[in-house]
Amino acid sequence: MNVLTFDHVSCRYPGQGTDIVDRLSFEVKPGSFHCILGVSGCGKSTLFRMISGLMSPEKGSIYVNGKPVCGHGSYCGYMPQKDMLFPWRSVGENLALPLEIQRKLGKKEQRQQVEAALAEVGLAGCADKRPDELSGGMRQRAAFARTMLTGSDLLLLDEPFSALDFLTRISMQEWLLAQWRKTDKTILFITHDVEEALFLSSSVLVVEHTPIRALREIPVPMDFPRSRKDLARPEIIDLREELIGMLRKQVAE
Amino acid sequence: MKKANRGNLPAMILLFFLMVLWQLGAMKINAAYILPSPLQILSRLWELRQVLFTVHLPATMGVTALGLAISVVLGVLLALVMDASPLCRKTLYPLVVASQTIPTTAIAPLFVLWFGYGIWSKVLVTVLITFFPITITVYDGLQSARIEMAELLLSYGATGRDVFFKIKVPCTLPYFFSAIKMAVPLSIIGAAIGEWLGAQSGLGYFSRRMMTQLDGAGVFAPIVLLSAVAMLAVAVISVVEKKVVRWRGEI
Repeated sequence: MNVLTFDHVSCRYPGQGTDIVDRLSFEVKPGSFHCILGVSGCGKSTLFRMISGLMSPEKGSIYVNGKPVCGHGSYCGYMPQKDMLFPWRSVGENLALPLEIQRKLGKKEQRQQVEAALAEVGLAGCADKRPDELSGGMRQRAAFARTMLTGSDLLLLDEPFSALDFLTRISMQEWLLAQWRKTDKTILFITHDVEEALFLSSSVLVVEHTPIRALREIPVPMDFPRSRKDLARPEIIDLREELIGMLRKQVAE
Repeated sequence: MKKANRGNLPAMILLFFLMVLWQLGAMKINAAYILPSPLQILSRLWELRQVLFTVHLPATMGVTALGLAISVVLGVLLALVMDASPLCRKTLYPLVVASQTIPTTAIAPLFVLWFGYGIWSKVLVTVLITFFPITITVYDGLQSARIEMAELLLSYGATGRDVFFKIKVPCTLPYFFSAIKMAVPLSIIGAAIGEWLGAQSGLGYFSRRMMTQLDGAGVFAPIVLLSAVAMLAVAVISVVEKKVVRWRGEI
């Protein structure tokens, strides 16, 4: 069964004349890692908002694990662009948010899960720190751990590393790939950075037009585990140029 | 705390010099019924301590406390209603702002006519000048809650109740404390104005009585007492605030 299915989905923002998504259909297989690549403002984030139930499509249906998305609810693990760690909560309390909202576990079990999740992302012992005591990369790792604690099989990451400096960003990319390989989660990752998309994804989903009518799936011919050196291979460089060309065409339009 | 005290040092020095200047000026003019000196005021405060502390201070504090409590409840309720519904905001906000253009001191005598010399005419004056900053500041606090944060919680399957208690309330707390720190001195002023205009007890009433007796130092003494109480109250609230709100600024 597909983790995610879009079935002829159309969507428009109130007060706008044209659709931003127009009869879009696509499917995502379990355990895959896709980057959705597109220029700023092309509607990538709108897709995420619909999958997470924050926005309803005008026409068509979206299915997560075969169940239709309808209204607010916990369909997926959504990680927004900013880390969104609440400054009035400690790091551990921030991670506990999805658990508190699900109301399935007692305080003690929540705490155990939070500790385990923090250790998993290399932040063991940070539970009682304030978010502003963490560096940018650590904050993103904490936010990722919080997303994992939603327990969803489908993770939606919306440009999570775009605010980080270059070196932190590439080490976070490597780290994310390692995390993904440890689990059986499906990851959809929005980015406008071509190299990031190539490095991370098993196949890139390119947004070529707004309104979005289709996502063009372009497989990345690299095996996992990857290293950044693989990006220098000639076929990858050609692919990168091709992708950049596709994006520039869209900016020109 | 030590650091804060050191920060206040320049202000303290300035205050001291102003007091010395006042003292010298008052001694030169030598007309205590017009301009009593600080030392005269303090000694009058000491002479009158019995009646000021046992009769008039409790009366004023009663009005202040009641007026402040009503203002907090009213202000927070108005803010919540305006935050919850855009229609209510459009309806209430302009009226709340307009209520502040009413010259309270000028119409306060009417309150005495309506409600008599009892406590309620003073409470009304207090509420009228105190609820406004609470309403506006708490409303700003509620509005400061970021929509993205709410959306994050909604994507976890949160209810409106979750969003309110996990985002709105913590976001509003620093604003709430700012509001209270503004409201306390205002409510004391409100109570004093109310008493000034018509009362049988209270520091405002006492100050006015001294005025009719051309006792300049006696006019000032209760006012000094009021300021001291207001400063003390704000300091206490600041301490509580430091305990409760450990974050501020950028969300």
